[in-house]
Amino acid sequence: MNKLLISPSPHVHSGDSIEKNMYGVLVALLPAFICSVLFFGMGALVVTLTSVIACLVFEYLIQKLLLKQQPTIFDGSALITGVLLAFNVPSNLPVWIIIIGALVAIGIGKMSFGGLGCNIFNPALVGRVFLLISFPVQMTTWPVASGLNTPYLDAQTGATPLALMKEALKTGQSVSDVMTSGAIGSYRDLFLGNMGGSLGEIAAIALLIGFVYMLFRKIITWHIPVTIFATVFVFAGILHLCNPEQFADPVFHLLTGGMMLGAIFMATDYVTSPMSNKGMVIYGIGIGVITIVIRVFGAYPEGMSFAILIMNAFTPLLNRYCKPERFA
Amino acid sequence: MLKTFKIGGVHPPENKLSSGEKIQILPVPEQVIIPLGQHIGAPATPVVQKGDSVKAGQLIATATGFVSANIHSSVSGTVVAVDNVTDAAGLSKPAITIKVEGDEWEEGIDRSVKPDHNITLSREEIVKAISAAGIVGMGGATFPTQVKLSPPPGSKAEILIINGVECEPYLTADHRIMLEKAEEIIVGVQILMKAIDVKRAVIGIENNKRDAIEKLKNLTAKTLGVEVCPLKVRYPQGGEKQLIKATTGRSVPSGALPIAVGAVVQNAGTALAVYEAVMKHKPLIERVVTITGKSVKKPGNYLCRIGTPISKLIEAAGGLPGDTAKIIGGGPMMGRAMVNPDSPILKGTSGVLILNEKEGTRKPSRNCIRCSKCVSACPMGLEPYLLMTLAGHNMLEEMETEKIMDCIECGSCSFTCPANRPLLDYIRLGKARTGAMIRNRKK
Amino acid sequence: MNTIVITIISLCAIGVASAIILYFVARKFKVEEDPRIDTVEGLLPGANCGGCGYPGCRGLAEAAVKSENMEGIFCPVGGSEVMNKVAVALGREVAVQAPRIAVVRCNGSCANRPRTSTYDGARSCAVEHSLYIGDTACAFGCLGCGDCVAACPFDAIHMNRESGLPEVDESKCVACGACVKACPRNIIELRNKGPKDRRVFVSCVNKDKGAVARKACSAACIGCMKCAKECPFEAITVENNLAYIDYTKCRLCRKCVAVCPTGAIHEVNFPERKTAPAPKTQAAKAQEAHTAPKTPAAPVKEEAQETPEVKKAAETPALSVEKETTAEATEKTPAPEPENTSTEKGGIESNI
Repeated sequence: MNKLLISPSPHVHSGDSIEKNMYGVLVALLPAFICSVLFFGMGALVVTLTSVIACLVFEYLIQKLLLKQQPTIFDGSALITGVLLAFNVPSNLPVWIIIIGALVAIGIGKMSFGGLGCNIFNPALVGRVFLLISFPVQMTTWPVASGLNTPYLDAQTGATPLALMKEALKTGQSVSDVMTSGAIGSYRDLFLGNMGGSLGEIAAIALLIGFVYMLFRKIITWHIPVTIFATVFVFAGILHLCNPEQFADPVFHLLTGGMMLGAIFMATDYVTSPMSNKGMVIYGIGIGVITIVIRVFGAYPEGMSFAILIMNAFTPLLNRYCKPERFA
Repeated sequence: MLKTFKIGGVHPPENKLSSGEKIQILPVPEQVIIPLGQHIGAPATPVVQKGDSVKAGQLIATATGFVSANIHSSVSGTVVAVDNVTDAAGLSKPAITIKVEGDEWEEGIDRSVKPDHNITLSREEIVKAISAAGIVGMGGATFPTQVKLSPPPGSKAEILIINGVECEPYLTADHRIMLEKAEEIIVGVQILMKAIDVKRAVIGIENNKRDAIEKLKNLTAKTLGVEVCPLKVRYPQGGEKQLIKATTGRSVPSGALPIAVGAVVQNAGTALAVYEAVMKHKPLIERVVTITGKSVKKPGNYLCRIGTPISKLIEAAGGLPGDTAKIIGGGPMMGRAMVNPDSPILKGTSGVLILNEKEGTRKPSRNCIRCSKCVSACPMGLEPYLLMTLAGHNMLEEMETEKIMDCIECGSCSFTCPANRPLLDYIRLGKARTGAMIRNRKK
Repeated sequence: MNTIVITIISLCAIGVASAIILYFVARKFKVEEDPRIDTVEGLLPGANCGGCGYPGCRGLAEAAVKSENMEGIFCPVGGSEVMNKVAVALGREVAVQAPRIAVVRCNGSCANRPRTSTYDGARSCAVEHSLYIGDTACAFGCLGCGDCVAACPFDAIHMNRESGLPEVDESKCVACGACVKACPRNIIELRNKGPKDRRVFVSCVNKDKGAVARKACSAACIGCMKCAKECPFEAITVENNLAYIDYTKCRLCRKCVAVCPTGAIHEVNFPERKTAPAPKTQAAKAQEAHTAPKTPAAPVKEEAQETPEVKKAAETPALSVEKETTAEATEKTPAPEPENTSTEKGGIESNI
């Protein structure tokens, strides 16, 4: 017999691990990925692969050469960052821009804070916003979703529904004009993902399937996504009721842009979201309100990533002041 | 919908391997070691000397002060030493070692098995008898029972709650006594009700012990004021505060005792010991212990004399398995790993669990990914991730404001952590240090 | 051109306005403080280690200014030099305190102290200590999880992988006492650094009876009293089966080292024992130490032959002696090597 092991209690473990959670999220992202390949063709595949490989390589190199740590690239977190970064860019983005985005996401967004668990902003969003500010043209030239055979770089391009709406409202058109003009598909199209946009954000149905899967596997709780959806619905609904010609209806806001992807996969990022349920609810409300404010009153047509990053910054504060429900 | 407590909790694999095994009697060993500190509070003061001959049930050490308990010899024989002995943790602790000669019992102890229903003693006499018998909480906390039965002035108990939850995985000792000694336990419950003068008692049992629930329900159908409350299987339902919440819906305030909401909680095993002490005049000298583990040949439940070396119990269960990595006194969630398998069975030893290497080895701790699973698992609504960090930096005041003293050390946080962080290890340390700071402040 | 002028003017206006606001705010919220606190703080090393017992260097500075005679106020990092400066700045006198150093009083290396169990909990001595005896049979010895290493603000204490024990880097240790507080078993003690950094101490804190202690660790103090009887200065006391050398009384004669049957008493930074004939007085020795650099003593091979274990030990000190002569006080032997416990009297007397 070997020497007896001694440790404080508990002596058993649930068997849960970082990998199980991370790969669970990846599985939940699969339907959305399949949808984007179906709508954007090879471009989606190329962009996602480039982003994932770049993120893994950068994480490995930084851990190995700069931080002199044991590389932990297979814990799945860099993989998720890679996939989410890819999901947040147009499917015709050149490879070199993606690699820059991956470097910013992993290098600045994650490793500069100390690696997994230490970053205050969602790394994928840091990369995405960096690209949006640095390469505004490439980042806002979306290919038109035209099925599997869509070419990678020289696809036909078009605008997203949100951008169309914003432009139209600027030129004095009313919401109903835009909706009936045919430039924006029906709600059924929007729900299924048949619209222009970043490669992972288009298919609401696929993202919702992922959400249900993650809830089922208990990877995340319902609090953040559901409060974001509810806030957006209520806030956009109030605006719409005030002036239906000036403000789009809430369902439009829910189905377009990065709303689903952001609420389900980006805002729920473990590291950068609050710890207590109360905190999560406030965080969700904040994201919902800021998103709509940017979408409706701001210069950008889409505000999800900024809203999440802003609320990421509030997370430590929320953790401090929103304590979980004590026993008594 | 079954009742349970409100926040937090986990559901570890139940692994009740020995729930179908009848209680067997473990043979009296050649020598017993009876430590003087088997309970919370001051260790007892020995009243025998080396060379004295003692009988089973004879008082060998008396309680030192109010929060302490009498200790009786569990065997008949000769005292060979009153000296320090290595305990389960490897530390030297005072104990009385007795060499067994025959099996002679102290006069007045009724060893017949026939249940006795007639409670004749008065309230004070009952508490006195319990105190004399050296009964402590049998669930593992080992708090002297007579202290719990003497509520502080100004507070009045309204309800007695019997803990038959046995929420720890693997353990089945309470389950078996509730099946095999059901009548005795009910009488014990009635004695306890009389002792604290309450009209109502609730026996909380988790729903994975359906046979015990059935049996006790049948027995209590005609007993006034005693009811059985089946509970949803959820750890740590056996925690005092959680059990009160689950059975009565009352919340014990932070830092308060159960009596603050009029509840007194006693373990089912304690109820049995109380019955034996009051009706049969038998002090607490033996208890049922579960010996279990996935690699153990014959997991079972044994009635053991206090002081029997744990190695004897392991032998009875088919010997120590070859792949043993850890021997635990108690259950896997709150039990203590032991270095010395020759240490004795104590009043609070509810089980001996043998884990193999795969189960027993911890995975390396990694970065906190802030998934908040520990927060949702904590049955007290604390933030284990934060407490661990504070404990690591020894920030005592901050830990106090974060309610570290409310921690019941159930281990749900460490159990659930995906990064395998030793949350409870540090929280326990922080709690001890914060507690010391608070005590110093009061002085 | 016009734009530039307007820009410059407006920038200046903003600057002036801000300055005025800042000035008034600073006046309004000014905290009256003794200006000497700043002066004293400037003299202190600024490490904010807390080794003095005050919260950071400013804490000590405040205490020093408030205190009448500066009793009990001492910066272990800066030492007497800094404290003298502080005293001069405040116009007070300061008691001279001999430089001290942290000493690890456990020699339960992996070789000396067999492991009896494997600790699998959090890597923290405090946690392990609160849980059980530790992964050896010694309830007093080092647990090896490195709480002291984590506590040291000067990177002066490190775990030796081979022995599993912490080692103090003499050139970095400032005797702030952080490790002393961190050690749950009170193994580390602050002791006088000693003349020429030479020290003799009992490297064990085991209070068990001799047989028990010996069984747990071959280098344990067994409380045999031999050292106490041997000591000519009454510096050694034995309480609870444990010897303790009072460093204020010890004159570094090293007789105790020679008689200790388990090698629990350690000597540090002494030159290799030589068989010099004439015993010297303490004063003469001190004088010699000041005037002439030591001559490297040749390692005595005959001694090394006595027991097989000492063989290795005798070789390494030879190296360290060489080092010592070249770089005197700064370079120190890395670890208290298992000392040569030969009972040859001549070797010892040579150093008296």
